[in-house]
Amino acid sequence: MGSYALHRTASAVATLAAASVVIFFFMHLVPGDPLYVLLGDTATPDQVDALRAKFGLDQPIVVQYFRWLANVARGDFGTSIFFQAPVARVIRDGAETSILLASITMIWITLIGVPVGVIAAMRHGSWLDQSLSGVAMLLASIPTFWVGLYLILVFAAWLGWLPSSGYPSIFEQGGLANLHYLLLPSLTLAAPNAALILRLTRASMLDVAREDYVRTARAKGIRPMRVIFRHILRNALLAVVSAFGFTFAALISEAVVTETVFALPGIGQLVVQSILRRDYPVIQGIILVTVVLYLVVNLLVDLSYRFLDPRVELQ
Amino acid sequence: MSGGLRSQLVPFARRPIASLGLVVLVCIVAAAVLAPLIAPYDPSRIEPIARLQPPNAAHWFGTDQFGRDIFSRVVYGSRLALLIGVGVVSFALITGVPAGVLSALFPRFGRVMMRVIDVLMAFPALLLALSLIVILGRGVSNAILAIGVVYLTTTSRITYGLALRLRTETYVEAANSMGAGAVWTIRKHILPNLISPLLVQASFVFAFAQLSAASLDFLGLGAPPEIPSWGNMLAEGRIFITRAPWLLFFPGLSIAITAFSLNLVGDALRDRVDPRFREMLSGNRR
Repeated sequence: MGSYALHRTASAVATLAAASVVIFFFMHLVPGDPLYVLLGDTATPDQVDALRAKFGLDQPIVVQYFRWLANVARGDFGTSIFFQAPVARVIRDGAETSILLASITMIWITLIGVPVGVIAAMRHGSWLDQSLSGVAMLLASIPTFWVGLYLILVFAAWLGWLPSSGYPSIFEQGGLANLHYLLLPSLTLAAPNAALILRLTRASMLDVAREDYVRTARAKGIRPMRVIFRHILRNALLAVVSAFGFTFAALISEAVVTETVFALPGIGQLVVQSILRRDYPVIQGIILVTVVLYLVVNLLVDLSYRFLDPRVELQ
Repeated sequence: MSGGLRSQLVPFARRPIASLGLVVLVCIVAAAVLAPLIAPYDPSRIEPIARLQPPNAAHWFGTDQFGRDIFSRVVYGSRLALLIGVGVVSFALITGVPAGVLSALFPRFGRVMMRVIDVLMAFPALLLALSLIVILGRGVSNAILAIGVVYLTTTSRITYGLALRLRTETYVEAANSMGAGAVWTIRKHILPNLISPLLVQASFVFAFAQLSAASLDFLGLGAPPEIPSWGNMLAEGRIFITRAPWLLFFPGLSIAITAFSLNLVGDALRDRVDPRFREMLSGNRR
């Protein structure tokens, strides 16, 4: 376990190091000189040169990279061109909404995906199973934002039950009363991912049900329900745990669109706005933060997987 | 080849819903090819008097905020949907398959190559595509390239895994011990065995390319606005949703039906794949 953890962590750090190079060069590949974006089109070459020297952009590229890395390690992601504020602060302002949205969505995914998957597996082959699996595949095929737009139409515009957009911060407005702003967005975001977890839980339950120890348990006369929950489900959930890594990545991708649909002041909407505003330092910062988050989540998933299922190490 | 084709169709005979998916796909291809014959109006013809009409006899799917016929635009939209799908799948296969096969056969190259893929996979899919769009600029071919890079990663990973297993099959080892070179092994043993798993992967990639392209269009970073793509129709009609709910219904439905049919087909084809390879083809969205 110890050596595996070390090896796996080292590999994540290596991937991060390589990714950081890619993210750094991203700024150098964007069309146009970022300094002109910063100063505006009317800037004189002297002004641009002065600023270039100020930011250290006249240094060799390798020096620039390590300087950038040192700054990032200290939490300094540069300055947003649009906000004229530190990128770290701009990202932090969006983090509350995004983290809450992701957390609530994860709750939906688990609460819906796992139990329904278990039901489908228990009724394997029945019309119920087939229709549940069909609905799951349909949900995974529908554009997330399209669902979101019609949820807004029905629940916000027609019924008036829920707000259509925006999200007032808990810290500024106080209390959890504003969480209902996140109900429609989280359900929108949960739909395709809950469908995925449903399919996975079902498939994994059916796999485990064929194992020898399940047959042994049945042969011993253990009640069927107990076999399903104690023997099958517990082992089937291992595969589901390992899926949370890529579910998290899918959430990040889909949150970009969902936050735009619901006008949520989160990181997803921030990245889209920053692209349209050509605010490259913010884009770079967001990409770096999400890549780090994603690698950490995957590392934790892999490590917990080994912890939960020691057999894996033997292979 | 007809025997091969017939055996490809076997899973559809046993699964009525999957064959429905196949029929829908044929209809979409027909719509794309025959668009000028099917569409009753020019998809870009603006008719201000007929703005935001609900579905009626003259305009089956209604009209949009410029009075353009939505049915005609949906029919023409299938062209871009197919172009994106074929483009992304071709890109992912042309780059991903050689990368995966060569990595499996030449371990030293493979170690570097798979590391590169790991790094690309550390970027969440849409963010990777968006970053590439930032660098390349907006446009149809750039959208294909950006989404293609996302699926090049999964395609090469899957190919690598499959080729690695095939390489250790007894008949491949036997061929190698009799002096077969890498080219022979790839042509005679690896590629033929990759066809059916990759067909499954291709249908999933085709499906997810639709959703990714729709997202890019919706964010205003995909196909140029003058092109009637389903995603663009959703992006433009968005602010009119309370006044004209039908505006978004048909383009969104077209995306969903296309992706759903491809997923059904992929799922049915998967059942034909060698069980040992099946679990690698999860069909998960990336």
